[in-house]
Amino acid sequence: MIKQDSDLLLEISDLHARVEDQPILKGVNLTIRAGEIHAVMGRNGSGKSTLSKVIAGHPAYTITSGTVRFEGKDLLSMEPEERARSGVFLGFQYPVEIPGVSNLEFLRVATNSRRVEIGEEELDTFEFEDLVKERLHMVQMNPAFLDRSVNEGFSGGEKKRNEILQMALLEPTVSILDETDSGLDIDALRVVANGVKKLAKANTATVLITHYQRLLNEVTPDFVHVMDAGRILRTGNKELAIELEQTGYDWVDKASKKKVEN
Amino acid sequence: MAIERQWLSSLPLPNGALEAVQRRGRELLRSSSMPQNSQEEWRVTDINQLNNLLALPLSYAINKPLNTNTNRWPNEPVNGLRIVLDPHESSINNLGLPKGISMLSALELEQNLGHTLEQCSCKGDWPVAINHASANQVLALKIQGRDLPPIELVIKSTPDSFNPTRVLLILEEKARIDLLQVILGENNSAESHIVEIHLGQEAEINHGFLALGDNQSRLLSHLAIEQEPRSHYSFTSIQHGWSLGRIEPHIVQVHGQAKTTLKGLQVSSDKQQLATHSYVRFNGPDGQLDQLQKAAAEGESHCIFNGAVDVPRIAQKTNAAQLSRNLLLSKRARIDTKPELKIIADDVTCTHGATVTQLQAEELFYLRSRGIGPNQATSLLFRGYCQDIIETLPVEANRWDCLNNLMSTLPNDV
Repeated sequence: MIKQDSDLLLEISDLHARVEDQPILKGVNLTIRAGEIHAVMGRNGSGKSTLSKVIAGHPAYTITSGTVRFEGKDLLSMEPEERARSGVFLGFQYPVEIPGVSNLEFLRVATNSRRVEIGEEELDTFEFEDLVKERLHMVQMNPAFLDRSVNEGFSGGEKKRNEILQMALLEPTVSILDETDSGLDIDALRVVANGVKKLAKANTATVLITHYQRLLNEVTPDFVHVMDAGRILRTGNKELAIELEQTGYDWVDKASKKKVEN
Repeated sequence: MAIERQWLSSLPLPNGALEAVQRRGRELLRSSSMPQNSQEEWRVTDINQLNNLLALPLSYAINKPLNTNTNRWPNEPVNGLRIVLDPHESSINNLGLPKGISMLSALELEQNLGHTLEQCSCKGDWPVAINHASANQVLALKIQGRDLPPIELVIKSTPDSFNPTRVLLILEEKARIDLLQVILGENNSAESHIVEIHLGQEAEINHGFLALGDNQSRLLSHLAIEQEPRSHYSFTSIQHGWSLGRIEPHIVQVHGQAKTTLKGLQVSSDKQQLATHSYVRFNGPDGQLDQLQKAAAEGESHCIFNGAVDVPRIAQKTNAAQLSRNLLLSKRARIDTKPELKIIADDVTCTHGATVTQLQAEELFYLRSRGIGPNQATSLLFRGYCQDIIETLPVEANRWDCLNNLMSTLPNDV
């Protein structure tokens, strides 16, 4: 939902980042306001996942220049956990399996970290179980997964549901979902998409990183951005995603070359 | 050598029920030498610590301390039997044993003591010999039937002394029991502990071994286990807090067709050195082994694992799996892990593997990206690492708050 006067949540300006000696992001500019849903598309290696990890504070990436402001604060000076507590959420493309760590315990500790940050009381074990059971319905997830280790032995679809469950518990302000649709069958895609739609509020924003139109059929984006070679090459509305589905990315090479020449 | 001679001459004259054993142990020590780093099984051991251990007086030969430290002890198990081996109690009697658990008679003791050590070919091992030379009592129990109350056996140490203790368990055919052994080190104490267990056919034991040291305490423990067909020996050891700790489980499946499950976790910090040297031999076909040994080393500590598996020609259709997983929590810590598979039989499935890693950066980032600070994230990951070993301990072990004990190893500034 585009409202020009809504609050500015995330403002990325001329962001450059590298991993080891390899530059990946080469000048990303992106402005996200409350209520908006953005889609970021592009070929493999265009920098989409790097952008999401840089925003979440992954230590493998080095910022070489540029700024990222979240609700007016310098996001890049914050530790990953501070960013998460403040309301930035990254839904992982490949959620990590953590043997021996109870999923329920992990979710409770994470939720309480966020609650303390926003001035709410921590939940004890019983209160949290009530909350998590309520949120499980949103992602139609089997409660048995709470008793298992974090993501261990989960199918691809179950891992993605677990990511959306975390989003539902943490109630972030800006959610970046990195290829949440990958590896999902049609039913699971619909469940995950419904969860994302329910969690999208007037005071929050969502960034969907995806390769495919099928997720955007379920969650309609206000803006679609195409990334290539570490920059946003083109921005449009949902029609751009449909165009990409039909024409592919061949035009990107020409446009990218032209942009470099300019 | 001079230290060992000095130690031998300091021992009281052989006497009591173990007089003959004491004589044989002393003779063996006189005719052999102290462990040396040139011997494979002592290659990376801090030999100085062994010398220090022999400089201590025998616990039962010194006065009983006025204050006994039992702060770390939980209440007695509600549905179980607690037995305390106290060096200042001259005999083990009147234990109030329930039906199905009884003391061995003098004749049974004579017939059985040392038999399993013989079967395991470890009678001449140095940790066994020093125990034989010095131990003055043995807890010898016969277990019959199933549905028995779990036994909690607490080995009590005395500060600044050397404490030799010995246990013999005979599990009759089809017997089943949970045994939790707790060995607690005290300030500058040294524990020498030997366990012999004979499992009759179809017998089962879930054997937990909590070895929790404290402040410059040392532990040398040797376990000899003899399994008859269709028996199941399940052993879970936790080793923590000793300046020198060594657990040696030696298991023989006398005719194969038995199941052995070994789980071990050693967590070291400061300059501690903790070791597990296991040996499993299959003397018949269709035997099974499932072994997982974990170690986490912090500070300048050193963890050692030697896992020998012996599958002779007679042991066809053996199915053995051994995995050693190790976690380095500090740049100055050291891990030595060595699987040692000797396989002669040609129709077997034997696997082994070893990993040495640090805490996984991606796991840490995943937790931090959910608002969990690095200390709490590390703590969660470490708990997770320990959990699959701890959960196989007999249920009574929960009362000893083992996990929190291990968590104290973690540095605060990670």
